[in-house]
Amino acid sequence: MDRFMSLDRRALLAGLAATGVAAGAAALAPRALARTEPGTVLARAIPSSGELVPAVGLGTWITFNVGEDAEARDACVEVVQAFFEGGGRMIDSSPMYGSSQAVIGHALGRLGAAAPFSADKVWISSGSRGPAQIEESRRLWGVSRFDLLQVHNLLSWEEHLETLFAMKAEGRLRYVGITTSEGRRHAEFERIMRAQPLDFVQVTYNPVDREVEERILPLARERGMGVIVNRPFQQGALLRRIGRRPLPPWAAEIGCQSWAQLSLKFILGHETVTCAIPATTSVAHVRENLAAARGALPDAVMRRRIADLFGTL
Amino acid sequence: MSEWWTYALSDFLLFSPRTYYRLFALHNAALWPAHLLALALGLAGVWMLVRPASWHGRALAAGLAAHWLWVAWTFLLVRYATINWGAGYIAAGFVAEAVLLLVLGALGNRIPPATGPGWTGQGGTDMGWPRALGIGLVLFALLLQPLAGPLAGRALAEAELFGMAPDPTVTATLGVLVAAKRIRWEMLAIPLLWCAISGATLWAMEAPDAVLMPAVGVLSLSAALARSFGGRRGTAAG
Repeated sequence: MDRFMSLDRRALLAGLAATGVAAGAAALAPRALARTEPGTVLARAIPSSGELVPAVGLGTWITFNVGEDAEARDACVEVVQAFFEGGGRMIDSSPMYGSSQAVIGHALGRLGAAAPFSADKVWISSGSRGPAQIEESRRLWGVSRFDLLQVHNLLSWEEHLETLFAMKAEGRLRYVGITTSEGRRHAEFERIMRAQPLDFVQVTYNPVDREVEERILPLARERGMGVIVNRPFQQGALLRRIGRRPLPPWAAEIGCQSWAQLSLKFILGHETVTCAIPATTSVAHVRENLAAARGALPDAVMRRRIADLFGTL
Repeated sequence: MSEWWTYALSDFLLFSPRTYYRLFALHNAALWPAHLLALALGLAGVWMLVRPASWHGRALAAGLAAHWLWVAWTFLLVRYATINWGAGYIAAGFVAEAVLLLVLGALGNRIPPATGPGWTGQGGTDMGWPRALGIGLVLFALLLQPLAGPLAGRALAEAELFGMAPDPTVTATLGVLVAAKRIRWEMLAIPLLWCAISGATLWAMEAPDAVLMPAVGVLSLSAALARSFGGRRGTAAG
């Protein structure tokens, strides 16, 4: 089943209202489609349900941890507003991220009717304390339930997965996943992917960190799991290294106007990736990131070219 | 934590430099002009070190304890804990140091200031460079360290001041402890640990002044070691 789809916001909402229809549409989509209509945001189907989600989400690691700083909180509200206005939907956080969950809740409260695809994590060594942490996270977000809960960095994953699958069975959670970052514990990650009926895995992937291409991404495709990509810019380090170097002229062939877009296009060019979640505090960067989910995506040759280029920087 | 060797210092940083430094701007705005009172108390402390009297050690310890408690509450718990879930543990460390200063320093009179050359009161003797370093550290904490941030390119409103922010408060405490008649290692441990924590935090944020607190810690440790193991000849009774 191909998971490339393009849609505007109206189509997205219609698809969400009837995930069965969306699943069918995804199944009928042409396999090699790697281009979205101008002005529309690329969306991909979650393999386990067929539900469509915009392929660029919003991470909150560091960027949304602003505490009680009113001015910084207002800036985060503007970021979330621009994210929704630009067609984004998936917001990802964790209890590990300091005040990020509370700041998301503040933004959602201010924006009223906004309906994110809420992706959070459970991160506590005690399995028995997982449910309490999840409930606290839900309270901070101000949502009735999470769309996706993931076991953060595989911490106490056996106990937490038991909790999450039970929540899903009871209808208190829609999707279950696990996360890792920067290539850690991939062997154990694979074992869990083979043994557990996960909806999502979250990994680090970008033109420089490509280890997941070897086994994790093929396994996710084989097992029908969605893939969320964290640290698409290596926490900004990738872009800082590049500095003010000019983009190569051929980047324009896939509509890239920045290095960030080139990295995101590379990531989204892998058809197994469901959603990349760059984090930012800038409205301009949110728009720039979402723009990477519009227009052409690189084919295999172009992706190799992008990876080679980043590898030399 | 598994595969701990794969983690970089920056992996433990939960917040951006901008968020961290804005904590101090908000903190300063909320507490002004308490900074002036802290500065006055700090300068009084310098005078107590330079001109020791029998009660100065107790007064210095009590004053420092109050500052450690103040910083633990107003900064670490009220401000820093909003962006760092580890701040509660750090605040507990600050409270523990305050208790040590109160019990051992203020009640037990364990850190009376050493006397200097030309000083004839109390029967003390010159402690040499460690004493001078201690007094210098206190003056540095009061007058120069607050300028470190602005000199590193940060806003003046984000300056870290003695009695309000951890770094200069710790520096001044190390100065008092190093300039005491005897080195009390049990009271030095937490301030030295903070020097490492603060340095690591600023290093992870790639701050130009990241080496400042580790340098303060190394200098203080050197002076304490010199006093403890090399300066028996110069130490006064008591």
